[in-house]
Amino acid sequence: MDGNRRDFLKLAGLTAVGAAGATSIKAPNVEASTGGDHAEPSGDGVRLAMVIDLRKFAKDDALIDKCVEACHTTHNVPDFEDDPKNEVKWIWAEDFETAFHSQEFHFIREDLKGKPTLLLCNHCDNPPCTRVCPTQATWKREADGIVMMDWHRCIGCRYCVVACPYGSRSFNWKDPRPAIEEITIDYPTRMKGVVEKCTFCEERIARGLEPACVEVCENEEIVFGDLNDPNSKVRRLLAERMAIRRKAGLGTQPEVYYIIDDPRTLQEVAPAAVVEVAEGGDHA
Amino acid sequence: MYDAGKIIVGLVVFVVLATSPLWMNMLTEAGPEAPEIVYPTNGSTECVESKEYMIPNHMDLLNEWRDEVVRDGKRDYVSSLNGKTFDMSLSRTCMDCHSNKAEFCDACHNYLAVSPYCWDCHVEPKGAN
Repeated sequence: MDGNRRDFLKLAGLTAVGAAGATSIKAPNVEASTGGDHAEPSGDGVRLAMVIDLRKFAKDDALIDKCVEACHTTHNVPDFEDDPKNEVKWIWAEDFETAFHSQEFHFIREDLKGKPTLLLCNHCDNPPCTRVCPTQATWKREADGIVMMDWHRCIGCRYCVVACPYGSRSFNWKDPRPAIEEITIDYPTRMKGVVEKCTFCEERIARGLEPACVEVCENEEIVFGDLNDPNSKVRRLLAERMAIRRKAGLGTQPEVYYIIDDPRTLQEVAPAAVVEVAEGGDHA
Repeated sequence: MYDAGKIIVGLVVFVVLATSPLWMNMLTEAGPEAPEIVYPTNGSTECVESKEYMIPNHMDLLNEWRDEVVRDGKRDYVSSLNGKTFDMSLSRTCMDCHSNKAEFCDACHNYLAVSPYCWDCHVEPKGAN
């Protein structure tokens, strides 16, 4: 009898060790979690991205507020003015060095220093927020790469708020309705206990409109388009100008780009090509 | 058996009282009157599906619409009545005709003591309470 029990325990122990070993070999999904700064956007379909021209924004101080206002009115985002703990934001401003604090800027050009920079959800190609959601209330849309939210399904666990390295997600600690100045009927509000963030104006795109923040920019301060289309405006801008992304080193593949240089003159782009362009070529 | 009389009388009184809602209803005509559905006043006469389908199934249809729009990004609903296409939207399509939430939605919902949470987030049209 005694021997039997010892045998049983040995066998049970071995089985446990075996099972633990088998799962730990399978568990880490290295492929999905890495991806350096230079990885191409994934997926064959559309990959929506935004390019924000900080040089143009530097010229118009009022524009950032206009963008924020347009977004927050369209989407019934509450404004708890003097109550930072309850703040809810989809798009907001931070000064340049804070926005890009993972990069170090010494002796940077004066006109970038401390400049308010427009921030929003980066709709990462490798989003950490969607992986932690226990109810799939947030996920990356295969068709266009938007990191979507289903507020019907959000249970308010706030894992995604913690997972997002950009602070793009806000939690409704209070009922947001009283804090919305004028409610837009077309769009739902959220309720207490739900996380919210920018959706790249998914509902406007579906109706053939540009995102609200892009729409208020009259001089293409923000450009929106498909990163997988080499002829799209965003791709042409990125090919021509110097753009940075927030915390690109984390491997989240953010899809919001910030242009930091001035447009080059034609001579600088391609001295030899100037004549050709002047003769009627389309300078893209 | 002690006090048989008192016990039996007591039991009869209890049964009569306990069943009073039933026979009171039988004696008087009916229960509270069911609310009448107020149909759209904007001239539209057809819904996305037949009235007979909508009355018992609107909640399922709305759930389907919600899932298709939010999860799958599909926004067009083709009516099985006449093949017409509708935008799957509570506030745009439904409330466009049924613009008075208090009369149309709440009247029945209150009568049946159901409280759907649509309106915790979705916004009812202005001018109706």
